[in-house]
Amino acid sequence: MHLIRPVQGRPLTTSTPSLLRPTTSQAGPALTSEKYPQLKRNPSFKSLTSEDVSHFRKILSPGSVLSTLATPDAPATEAEELHAYNSDWMGKYLGQSRCILRPKTTEQVSQILQYCHAQRLAVVPQGGNTGLVGGSVPVFDEVVLSLNNMNKIRSFDPISGVLVCDAGCVLESLDNYVAEQDHIMPLDLGAKGSCHIGGNISTNAGGIRYLRYGSLHGSVLGLEVVLPDGTVLENLSTLRKDSTGYDIKQLFIGAEGTLGIVTGVSIVAPPRPKVQTVAVLGVDSYESVQKTFIAAKQNLTEIISAFEFWDRSSMNMVLAHAGTNARDPLADEYPFYVLIETSGFKKEHDDEKFSEFLEMVMEKGFVTDGVLSENASQITMFWYLRETIAEATVKTGPTYKYDVSIPVPQLYNLVLDTRQRLTDMGLYKEGSADYAVKEVTGYGHVGDSNLHLNVVAKEYSPTVSSALEPFIYEWIANHKGSISAEHGLGLMKAPYLCYSKGPSMIQTMQRFKQLMDPHGIMNPYKYLPAAEKSA
Amino acid sequence: MSSLRILVGCKRVIDYAVKIRVNAGQTAVEVAGVKHSMNPFDEIAVEEAVRLRERHTKDPASGSPKVEEIIAVSCGPAKAQETLRTALAMGADRAIHVEVDEKQAANLQPLAVAQLFRAIIEKEKPHLVILGKQAIDDDAGQTGEMLAGLLNWPQGTFANKIDITGDNAMKVVREIDGGLETLSTKLPAVVTTDLRLNEPRYASLPNIMKAKKKPLVKMTPADLSVDITPRLETIKVTEPSKRQGGKKVESVDELLDKLKNEAGVL
Repeated sequence: MHLIRPVQGRPLTTSTPSLLRPTTSQAGPALTSEKYPQLKRNPSFKSLTSEDVSHFRKILSPGSVLSTLATPDAPATEAEELHAYNSDWMGKYLGQSRCILRPKTTEQVSQILQYCHAQRLAVVPQGGNTGLVGGSVPVFDEVVLSLNNMNKIRSFDPISGVLVCDAGCVLESLDNYVAEQDHIMPLDLGAKGSCHIGGNISTNAGGIRYLRYGSLHGSVLGLEVVLPDGTVLENLSTLRKDSTGYDIKQLFIGAEGTLGIVTGVSIVAPPRPKVQTVAVLGVDSYESVQKTFIAAKQNLTEIISAFEFWDRSSMNMVLAHAGTNARDPLADEYPFYVLIETSGFKKEHDDEKFSEFLEMVMEKGFVTDGVLSENASQITMFWYLRETIAEATVKTGPTYKYDVSIPVPQLYNLVLDTRQRLTDMGLYKEGSADYAVKEVTGYGHVGDSNLHLNVVAKEYSPTVSSALEPFIYEWIANHKGSISAEHGLGLMKAPYLCYSKGPSMIQTMQRFKQLMDPHGIMNPYKYLPAAEKSA
Repeated sequence: MSSLRILVGCKRVIDYAVKIRVNAGQTAVEVAGVKHSMNPFDEIAVEEAVRLRERHTKDPASGSPKVEEIIAVSCGPAKAQETLRTALAMGADRAIHVEVDEKQAANLQPLAVAQLFRAIIEKEKPHLVILGKQAIDDDAGQTGEMLAGLLNWPQGTFANKIDITGDNAMKVVREIDGGLETLSTKLPAVVTTDLRLNEPRYASLPNIMKAKKKPLVKMTPADLSVDITPRLETIKVTEPSKRQGGKKVESVDELLDKLKNEAGVL
């Protein structure tokens, strides 16, 4: 038997960010504080001392504290070892933290925050560090609190499908765990091999099962959160229905660690579908992508689990990057590709529906060519094409990533308008590698009106940044979209929140922040616009 | 020979990406509710037949003969027809399904399959038979060899390259331990495919639709006068022993202690 039998699922797609993580061989990225000189360190924050580090060593086991400051009982850690916690996988941000804390229990997190709160030490909570907006890395010398060591499953109830676990559990291991009991995690994304469930919740992550299972605001049933002053908010409810009092956990879903640290999660896992089929379709225009989408919604209603699209430019980058790992599934090149996945429980039923649907869209001319998975490894291959885009863009060059919500009819216009603007400014020419911008590419979750606009440049430069921002944010505001659909705000989008939310919304957010974190120590400089102090 | 008729074998097996489970009675593996697809080596066989055809259509001067017909054959339960439709979508022209019931299919042995194929081959008179080198479910790896023996035809097993030149001559490059071996033979012959012979194509939607209209003939072992009674008995099926998980130790002392007292290697 010479075939290698891979683990069930889609193994090729599991470790996107970790594959890319150490880029130390190149001249590392500039410090975030140098790249964004308008950011000033908040002088009310204390600078870390060796006494602080000694105190952390009393709370945690010795191996769980990494610090470049020596203490009487332990030598300094090499700065190199802190690098992974100070930088993001895209090589876009670089902080200067001198202390990494890796607690194992909620109690330890509580003690750490209690101390930091009293001492005015700023803290950055960090999960799998797979974020795309600089939310999980320090800007200056904030202490990094990594949840890597909090990775235990606390309970699983096969009757209700409710899973209770630590926030530092890796999404894919949770999915493997519930799979053994015929359940599936309600979210799935390219970074699943590295990202933590706590980070998913803190960024309100979406991903490719969103179309089927909906938002984390629905599937998260309860959270355990350590508030900035060390108070442990115990709300690990396993109830589907509960209408008693303010639903406080919702505030922490998508709060990016600015209100507290999520340490425990209660989430409902749906039954795991038994049969899956994937088709990749070649489509001639964005107009036809939309028509195919409408037809899919109407005809595959209860079995559809993903409707994704990407453009020619994405496909070219993936094929160039993947080498022998992937090939173009279709005989001819198309300007757009659509991937449709169905998940169900009876093969004959799903096959009949899917093939009727495919026949219809081909007869009507929405779709010109396509392939249908005949076995599980083809499912893996087809998903690989879609899930490798993010990795392929970064490999092609430094990438400006925008993750936005736009009503479906206008969705792709943003790509076209951005291309046009960059062309007019002399920064880009389609098909030429001699310009500041190499590729302007669009892909994403049509099913959720979510576009990923990626601008691949020769290098990160002020010229390109200023051509893109605030142009893109203004465009989105004009089209009633959101500047962040599923990646969060982080450092990157904090100044632009006003393009998606009005003043009364932002002021209310700032009041919440002030109430929960009066000293502002939690993940500072991010999320909310710096604006006037609301104190 | 002016034109070639090729017959390919297509077995329906548990999908190779599925995690296999042994049934409670330890008599076989679980097949109910498990994803099935075409045996990967058979996919390679179908692909090779289609490529032989394309080699001639793309370049008639290449010396590769015209392929007149590709016939896909599967011996298995009713659902084996899905597998045959896949072969038809990949480019086979017609299909023959030798239907056996689920229970018989679970224990359809290489000799019986080889005899079924012989009976079909005597009717269809193909010039070349391409089979997978083994099916990934029982891993027997015998059918091709037995078939060649029964027919008294030459065989090229574990093929990683096939070349057919005029005048009934075929060259097969075989994967053998430590290298490659090139055989020359005359047609008709039996070839079994190895993993590196080609990379099978995806079935395109237009071809999947066309495949629904291609002829598929059903017959039974009785129609072919073949007795498929099993000759081998399966005593017991068990899973390989599970790998013991690793353990983390806190200190060197603890490591030494474990090596001495638990592992007993020091």
